[in-house]
Amino acid sequence: MNPTLVTPPLPATTPAEKLTLAVVAGGLLALLLALADADPGRQHLWFYAALALVSVGTLAWSWLKFGAHPAGVRQDNLWLRASTSRGAVAWVTGLVLTGFYVALYWFSGDDGHGHFGVLDHLVHPLDGFSQALRGRPADQWFLYGTFYTLAVLLMGARALWKYRQSRYQLIRTASVMFFQLGFAFLIPGVLLFFQQPEFYFSYFWPLKYDYLFPGTVTSLVKNGGLGVFMVFWGAAMSFIATPVLTYFFGKRWYCSWVCGCGGLAETAGDPYRQLSDKSRAAWRWEVRLIYPILALIVAITALLWVHFATGGTLLGEAGAVAAKWYGFAIGSVFSGVIGVGFYPILGSRVWCRFGCPMAAYLGLLQKHFSRFRISTNGGQCISCGNCSNVCEMGIDVKQYAQRGEPIIRAACVGCGLCSTACPRGVLNLENGPREGRYQASPLIHADSLRILS
Amino acid sequence: MHLVIIGNGITGVTCALTVRRLRPDARITLVSAESAYHYARTALMYVYMGHLRPQDIKPYEDWFWAENRLALVHATATALNTAKNLLVLDNGTTLAYDQLLLATGSESQRFGWPGQHLAGVQGLYGLPDLEAMTRDTHGIARGVVVGGGLIGVELAEMLHSRGIEPVVLVRDGHYWASVLPPEEANLVHQQFAQNRVEVHYHTQLREILGDAQGRVRAVVTTKGEEIACQWVGLATGVAPNLALAKSSAVETDRGILVDEFLRTSVPNVYAAGDCAQHRQPAAGEVPIEQLWYTGRMQGETVAHTLCGQPTAYRRGVWFNSAKFFNLEYQTYGQAPAGAAPGLDSFYWEHPAASVAVRIYFRAAAPHAVVGFNALGLRLRQAVCEQWIAQRAPVATVLAHLGAANFDPEFFPQHEAAVVAAFNRQFPQQTVVLERRKGLFFKEK
Repeated sequence: MNPTLVTPPLPATTPAEKLTLAVVAGGLLALLLALADADPGRQHLWFYAALALVSVGTLAWSWLKFGAHPAGVRQDNLWLRASTSRGAVAWVTGLVLTGFYVALYWFSGDDGHGHFGVLDHLVHPLDGFSQALRGRPADQWFLYGTFYTLAVLLMGARALWKYRQSRYQLIRTASVMFFQLGFAFLIPGVLLFFQQPEFYFSYFWPLKYDYLFPGTVTSLVKNGGLGVFMVFWGAAMSFIATPVLTYFFGKRWYCSWVCGCGGLAETAGDPYRQLSDKSRAAWRWEVRLIYPILALIVAITALLWVHFATGGTLLGEAGAVAAKWYGFAIGSVFSGVIGVGFYPILGSRVWCRFGCPMAAYLGLLQKHFSRFRISTNGGQCISCGNCSNVCEMGIDVKQYAQRGEPIIRAACVGCGLCSTACPRGVLNLENGPREGRYQASPLIHADSLRILS
Repeated sequence: MHLVIIGNGITGVTCALTVRRLRPDARITLVSAESAYHYARTALMYVYMGHLRPQDIKPYEDWFWAENRLALVHATATALNTAKNLLVLDNGTTLAYDQLLLATGSESQRFGWPGQHLAGVQGLYGLPDLEAMTRDTHGIARGVVVGGGLIGVELAEMLHSRGIEPVVLVRDGHYWASVLPPEEANLVHQQFAQNRVEVHYHTQLREILGDAQGRVRAVVTTKGEEIACQWVGLATGVAPNLALAKSSAVETDRGILVDEFLRTSVPNVYAAGDCAQHRQPAAGEVPIEQLWYTGRMQGETVAHTLCGQPTAYRRGVWFNSAKFFNLEYQTYGQAPAGAAPGLDSFYWEHPAASVAVRIYFRAAAPHAVVGFNALGLRLRQAVCEQWIAQRAPVATVLAHLGAANFDPEFFPQHEAAVVAAFNRQFPQQTVVLERRKGLFFKEK
């Protein structure tokens, strides 16, 4: 049933929109010039011109595209535009992003003399800002953090305009912007300024796996009062707050409200959310990958502690080697290069769905020990598929909705877009009594066929 | 048992799935010419607008049919011999059945307008229509939509999404006048206005004019106005598709005539969904129902009868929903467009936002609630249905209105304003709001 539909011409982009896109393109060009220019003075100029142009262009474009139109679901031509439907523009974007991650992770380390490989010309223009915030010159990670935060804020503004008809989306988007800017950028910088350990209060084990490694714990504790608090905070968040908050609110309290990876996906990744694979085959891969990764990092952490407690065994050395490889394969390649680099091809939540051990842990809690569910409104579903389309986690939401069942899936991050996009008001994210949580609507008699694996 | 179902729309597919559940051993064959796999007709507009791809509107993945042993035949059934229990297909084969369900759906109605068969004139019902519309609206400047119902607004929204100027002709003085009271229709009109869509009320189509190539170039309205356009969308309703039924001994009228068990005049032949016409509809119900929801319910009902559990079709409390551009609409129970004997209604509209609710109730004490209209806010179907079924007094419903609130978290809650407005309009029955939104609030 794939009818031969003529590919229609897209409505002409207005001159004003073209102008804003040209400004963004000019900003990217300036960034390339900064990379190419050996003169430090001009590097500065190009670099800040780039940031200004990209920021102004993105905000102006978002306003024209969404702010200037009546509030409501605006998905027109989503699957017809090359940039959001795996067309040529998407592949180029993916290559550029992937290239940036490869350069950042493996070709931009400090050579010991303050040179940062291929990204050197972008790092140094930030020295002044870094000095003011962190009391030290910039490095490649500060450059990354700056870009990342800027992406969340600029594309967050776009999301605020795009989803302004929904207060849930407004508050949630403001939340991810707040946590990225404050908890994942400013506070770690200020900690460094005061000669304290660089610590992210919004990332926890097992996502930030080394926070509960014996090496990190001992070095933090040595740091004194604040370090001890950091260890306590990390452990309390992982083992007490996570189960308690997930019990009350589902995994969304973290994944789509606080987490930085989620924050980027919800803002910069929003144009790509529809690209996630909704097939049963993809779901099987999700289960095959994410739980073994959780088991792996739990095992590695345990091995390291055994090593630490017993003062060095063969088993423990294996833990250290495994941790190193885990860091390379999962921490860098999966979460960074594939997770973000492939946004325009695989969707915005590939890492969260297939790789993140924190998501696996939260998902198990959400599925079995939570009050959260997405309710289906009786028999109102028309199987149109808009909910599945916007699900960045690849959940085929309509399979549940069209059977009148609540959606309770380990993967669901509670972004609420299915509820926002539903043209019939069928879906609602709710916290309710656990009793009868899986109960389907009596208004539709769900078949007992094996629809899902 | 070999059950053959003609049509793989929601009715046929729901019947097939229900029979599979009730009779795991049954042999089930679905015949459809329109598409190899079941798809959601309701989502055609989203494919046109580029929100979804054609493959995204299939409610089930392709493996589903083989895994559940549902045979799919992609062909047209051209003739039915009920004496021999045999179907003739256009691919040169025949198909024998033990039981047959006709779920052939509808076709767009045309009312004999001059020029109605010009190129670029069409309805929107199935995939061929979507293909035609995609092709014929390619690069055009203006399209005229005829009809002030649900498909009319969809067509206008579709054209609008492509930057094509829609002009909508509406017979009555306000939008969807057969269903919506004027206040609700006015909110829909505001959607047209916000999206700068021109609507001509009290206006019908008189004639469609063509050019030398046989393509539409303009329409003439009953007001004598000529509107230049390159495409005409007919959204003036659908009629049962009787092509196959008429080749057989099955008795038809406007639709395929069925009794309350959805049995036709011929043994072992059933009909359900859009194509069925009920000989004796229940009080207040229409003989031909053409909704997604009723198609699903009829498909499920007839499956029980087919499996030896004769079940009469009982629609239950009516419900429907739609979306007009950005405005959501839900309705439950009895919600007439105008004054109805013995019924009263209370209407509340937000002073600034496009949000409104209307509650219909009996004029006589204890003022049992019979229906709801909701625009721009979402009501919980189970709660509304329970109130209607139990004939809850309007004062009780208003006091517990929060229980029916299905809006997302953090959305403004209007219950207090609604109750205050009710108390002003009906001071003889003062209501105190007892229950607010949320699953944790228990009834007192």
